[in-house]
Amino acid sequence: MNGIHDLGGMHGFGPVVVEPNEPVFHGAWEGRVLALVSLALARRIANVDAFRHAIERLEPVEYLSAGYYGRWLGALELIVHEWRGRGETLDAGGPGTLRMVTETARFAPGEAVRTRNLQPTGHTRLPGYARGKRGTIARVHAGFVFPDTNAAGRGERPQWVYAVRFDATELFGTGAEPNACVHVDLFESYLEPEPGDV
Amino acid sequence: MSDHDHDHDDDHDHSHDGPAQRNALRVEALETLLTDKGLVDSAAIDAIIRLYEQDIGPMNGARVVARAWSDPAYKQRLLENATAAVAEFGFGGPQGERLVAVENGPRVHNVIVCTLCSCYPWPVLGLPPSWYKSPAYRSRVVREPRAVLREMGLALPDSVEIRVWDSSAEVRYLVLPERPAEAAALDEAALAGWVTRDAMIGVGQPRAPHPRGSEGR
Repeated sequence: MNGIHDLGGMHGFGPVVVEPNEPVFHGAWEGRVLALVSLALARRIANVDAFRHAIERLEPVEYLSAGYYGRWLGALELIVHEWRGRGETLDAGGPGTLRMVTETARFAPGEAVRTRNLQPTGHTRLPGYARGKRGTIARVHAGFVFPDTNAAGRGERPQWVYAVRFDATELFGTGAEPNACVHVDLFESYLEPEPGDV
Repeated sequence: MSDHDHDHDDDHDHSHDGPAQRNALRVEALETLLTDKGLVDSAAIDAIIRLYEQDIGPMNGARVVARAWSDPAYKQRLLENATAAVAEFGFGGPQGERLVAVENGPRVHNVIVCTLCSCYPWPVLGLPPSWYKSPAYRSRVVREPRAVLREMGLALPDSVEIRVWDSSAEVRYLVLPERPAEAAALDEAALAGWVTRDAMIGVGQPRAPHPRGSEGR
């Protein structure tokens, strides 16, 4: 979904503020949220993709104002509510997210690709700033559960994941900084072959 | 607006209806419900909190980097298969299913982000700091990495290529910084003191250990 969570490339958030000697948790409730989410996912109330999508479904103002563990808290309330609404059925997926993919990888290192201009209303891991862009396969990682379907309870449908290298100017135009690139980890179905050299 | 601002509620807001107090009550309600359903128990919760407060943090990654600086065969294993290489230390677990180490050099500097949420290599760095999770860092470091690094105290010449890694899937990245020339004579244990969390994210460089207070960054 084209939500507030998809922050890459946005303007207006000001300087990066570093808190000196920051504690791991700023209050006891933060640690408890982390632990509750970890256990709830391990007990399969939801899978990790559904949890991430629950964070994305928070109201945009809440997303920005709640802080990291505040977002986790809001998302945990959402998945617990939905789990109870489903009659407390558990997610059927396997452990972790790495999966064997029987098909050979479609793309090889060095190959030119273009990301599809996908605009799904559900969960996706194709950032907005990297849609419809030309890049090069930098690494062929492995097969992983496909978040777009898994978040919606439509199955794991594992795919190859690639690190795709994009020149900064391809992503951000002529105002991009010199001599910079961004690698984005992308699922195979986000990509199509790009004829010619990048 | 940022995580950082909000987090201060815990320090400064002692009224009974402040956000931190409200959140604490919401957490308590969830914990009670999930305990009643038999899905969580307080011992398991406390164990997870203890793990991330005490046992898992940047000191883990620092040991990995120090070994890579000291042992060329280990460095090669780390660059070829970081998941297996960090497992040699017993490091692994959540958010570490597939780790990749990216190496800095005289002409290449790597920096890590997750623009879509705040993915981070927990087994080697622990839980991410607030700035890493902030909209400012997540929005800006892909668009203007040099400006962000300069603000954070790391000015790099244009001759150094900046490679940003947006960990948008389940692969988690660790930056292998360059070994500082000043630390040439040190052994592995001493070298680990030079490896900062920020150097392993790519927003800082290794530096001589402070007598105190160097833990944070």
